[in-house]
Amino acid sequence: MKNTTVTNDVAIQVTGLKKSFGDHEVLCGIDETIRKGEKVVVIGPSGSGKSTFLRCLNLLERPTEGRIFVQGNEITARGCNVDKLRQKMGMVFQHFNLFPHKTILENITLVPIHTGLMKRKEAVERAYSLLERIGLKEKALTYPNMLSGGQKQRVAIVRALAMSPEVMLFDEPTSALDPEMVGEVLSVMAELAEDGMTMVVVTHEMGFAKEVGTRVLFMDEGLILEQDEPKAFFANPKHPRLADFLSKVL
Amino acid sequence: MGFFTSLWQGFHSAIVRTFVTDDRYLIFAKGLQNTLVITLGALIVGIFIGVAVAVLKVYYYQVGPFKFWPSLGNFLRTGRLRYLNQVLLRLMDGFLNCYLTVFRGTPVVVQLMVWAFVVFSSTNEVLVAIIGFGINSGAYVAEIVRAGIMAVDKGQTEAGRSLGLSAWATMRLIVLPQAFKNVLPALSNEFIALLKETSIVGYIAVTDITKAAALVRARTFDAFIPLFFVASVYLIMVTILTYFQKKLETVLQASDRK
Repeated sequence: MKNTTVTNDVAIQVTGLKKSFGDHEVLCGIDETIRKGEKVVVIGPSGSGKSTFLRCLNLLERPTEGRIFVQGNEITARGCNVDKLRQKMGMVFQHFNLFPHKTILENITLVPIHTGLMKRKEAVERAYSLLERIGLKEKALTYPNMLSGGQKQRVAIVRALAMSPEVMLFDEPTSALDPEMVGEVLSVMAELAEDGMTMVVVTHEMGFAKEVGTRVLFMDEGLILEQDEPKAFFANPKHPRLADFLSKVL
Repeated sequence: MGFFTSLWQGFHSAIVRTFVTDDRYLIFAKGLQNTLVITLGALIVGIFIGVAVAVLKVYYYQVGPFKFWPSLGNFLRTGRLRYLNQVLLRLMDGFLNCYLTVFRGTPVVVQLMVWAFVVFSSTNEVLVAIIGFGINSGAYVAEIVRAGIMAVDKGQTEAGRSLGLSAWATMRLIVLPQAFKNVLPALSNEFIALLKETSIVGYIAVTDITKAAALVRARTFDAFIPLFFVASVYLIMVTILTYFQKKLETVLQASDRK
């Protein structure tokens, strides 16, 4: 089912998105359109609903109300094939969530092979070329436990990339890292952004938002209170809540 | 010629009477075979039932839990299949709880006799024993595996699903292997217990190795040799099981090295 406002360059469109956990309303009505190639950075205090918003985009959380369109297809419609949708939307988690019982190589090739996206040989070749890109080719046959946090997160990113997604979602990808490892992960993300990937990033890294983001959203108490391109966003915040937030984190 | 010689002669003739006379070693061989067949069969049945029950229960708590009457009311009011599904899932969970309660709450020897003398009046007692022990063991395995699944970080499921794996594929490829590793010691315990529990199948007229010892004892009026013999056989079997458990643990720990 097509929505009339959806044009070809729209990656994700969200209308009237609400999400409650029990009596607690976490998202209170979000309308947002993300175009192809945009790098949208979502910031806000903890508990503001930004992670929940992100997780609704690939239905890891089921919205209570509202509709979400990905590339023109309504994913909140009944009978939508969620697994197919997710194969086109990569996600990177705060705690990496690599599969500890699989080698790095298997972590990357497991799903492409199992879902029939690639033959084994092709998947392995692609995994090696992805690992080469992040400089971890020699770690292919080791287990996640033997890697540092930064290395794990870089592997998690290429694991998602192995599915050739059209959109990448990042849920606080550097929040669980030692400070010295944040840079290596952000630079992989910046490279990805340069390649033209559509990205939605929930983060506390304001530097990344300024340099890589094409648009910054500020969320608080389940609503998007303000959004702008990064320069204007950080230079003159209009909403008092945002001004207050920025004065604390910058 | 003295005390030790006559002691040895007594011992020797007891061994001959227990194992050699009338080819009694054949009774022990048949008994050992039955013990092994029943244990192995029950093990397979138990694992199959246990994993299935654990996965279903975990699934129910992931999508639910639901209340029976409100869900039924919603279904009757709206006619939507979603609510019927909730009702059916609730019934399934109730049924599984009954299974766990009944089979963990009654003695396995009583269950076995019910299977043999009430439910089936089959002459294939070995098969009845496999079914009886398998269903009993399944209840214990279910709780062990369920604990193992719940100990796997939720992020693992989310990672699998976010890559586009189905719920079942995520369970099979990502969660269950890790759960299995978590619970291997507890599962081994259950299998060791099962092996030894099969010693009661004499109650339903199966000659396992314990029953074999009893039969021979009744003939020779000597209890010492047959009883210590079967005790050693159990001990050796358990030792072998434990050896393989340790081996398997070592293999599975390969991914733990830092």
